[in-house]
Amino acid sequence: MATTTGRLAAPSVRVRGRSFMALIITPEFPMSEWFAALDAQMRGSPELFAGRPMVADLSDAAVAGPDAALVVLDGLEARGLRIVGVEGVDPRVLARTRWERLATSLHGRDLVQPREAPPQPVAAPPPAPSLLIEETVRSGQVIDFESGDVTIVGAVASGAEVIAGGSIHIYGPLRGRAIAGLRTGEAARIFCRRLEAELVGVARLFRTAENWGPELHGKAVQVRCDRQSLRLSLLD
Amino acid sequence: MSKVVVVTSGKGGVGKTTSSAALGAALAQAGQSVVVVDFDVGLRNLDLVMGAERRVVFDLVNVVQGDAKLPQALIRDKRLETLWLLPASQTRDKEALTEDGVEKVMDGLRARFDWIICDSPAGIEKGATLAMRFADQAVVVTNPEVSSVRDSDRIIGLLDSKTRRAEGGEKLEKQLLLTRYDPARAARGEMMKVEDVLEILAIPLLGIVSESADVLTASNLGFPVTLHNPASPAARAYADAARRLMGEEVTVTTPKEKKAGLFGRLFGKRVAA
Repeated sequence: MATTTGRLAAPSVRVRGRSFMALIITPEFPMSEWFAALDAQMRGSPELFAGRPMVADLSDAAVAGPDAALVVLDGLEARGLRIVGVEGVDPRVLARTRWERLATSLHGRDLVQPREAPPQPVAAPPPAPSLLIEETVRSGQVIDFESGDVTIVGAVASGAEVIAGGSIHIYGPLRGRAIAGLRTGEAARIFCRRLEAELVGVARLFRTAENWGPELHGKAVQVRCDRQSLRLSLLD
Repeated sequence: MSKVVVVTSGKGGVGKTTSSAALGAALAQAGQSVVVVDFDVGLRNLDLVMGAERRVVFDLVNVVQGDAKLPQALIRDKRLETLWLLPASQTRDKEALTEDGVEKVMDGLRARFDWIICDSPAGIEKGATLAMRFADQAVVVTNPEVSSVRDSDRIIGLLDSKTRRAEGGEKLEKQLLLTRYDPARAARGEMMKVEDVLEILAIPLLGIVSESADVLTASNLGFPVTLHNPASPAARAYADAARRLMGEEVTVTTPKEKKAGLFGRLFGKRVAA
């Protein structure tokens, strides 16, 4: 996985460490079947292994004796795989064979990924960053969109709830509840053309209608976080 | 083409049953064949308001559960040939209704009637959701007060999501029937104004029915108000609403406050419309 390269630069020698990605391959018994499966995989996705540095995990093969490890390595090489190192095998097994120069002291961690090569998944379209609702949100309805912003062209009725991961924009009157910033936190805001809401909230802060003055009622208002408190201000 | 209309509100006591009976009768008076279906299983009232309480043998639950045939449960109104009632059961509860059973009943009624008026129970539970489930259009009954308006808003949300039509991607037509409107109190600002209710609910207005003693009297006598006193303002409002349901263009007039002086001067004379 991680290999270290030295780079010679006269007159001083500079040695830098760098992490690289290598594929780990683990041959298992019965070997004939394992190699058949490998051949099938290589036919199916030839670009998966092409030119990639590979490390052979011989811990299974080595159980069968020192010769088995060497046969396996020959088999991998015959298929054009670029073996740059081995693990799970005593370095003495490889001594005085043509494999003795392979790196054996490898430090690395598995990537948090399925070990099996994924069969090139069709890229799913990224989730829509915003949700547009063109009609009125009725009492008792809940619009819960945690992946982004919510825009509502109609009204949000008393007893309705709008919950958004990001900001909320309401072009009709807001008479119910609006809670923004489930994901974006304090960066989120609520904008409404007419504030008649029961409750507004951003991140973990919220305020009910009795906590803002009549001068904001019925007006175009934005709600945002400002130094750990909720601030409501006129838009016009 | 028959139409299934649900009369609904969310809140109780706003006038769903009265309005169902009055609209049904008004449609029948206009020559349409109408059945009014009581979905308020366990708390039935429509039979009383329509004066048929002593003629109930089988009911909606019997038909839904297959214990009776649809024609056995239908009751024809004694005053209007084309007006029918499908009563609810008083001894059962809403759990006795099933979606499949209600659908079969609705299909049977569609084959027979021009209009199927479903009188929904209050609430948003099974009775109310089944009453609206197969509707083609909805009459949302609302009083001009905040709690009723908010409950109606909730019901409109359900009409747009939980009905067969909405689930099929079709729009369900919703119209607002504002009942128990009191012009004097509205003028004094003690009641929500018509414009405010319309602004919040954002659906077209089917009609405005003033709070009136005529409605209560008619209900107690077992008459739909349009039958009992057709000249009363409430009866005229329902008749106009029925004409709008049938697609006629009738302008909605907001009831105005009667001033005492004016009333005194007109006393004994005929009041111009």
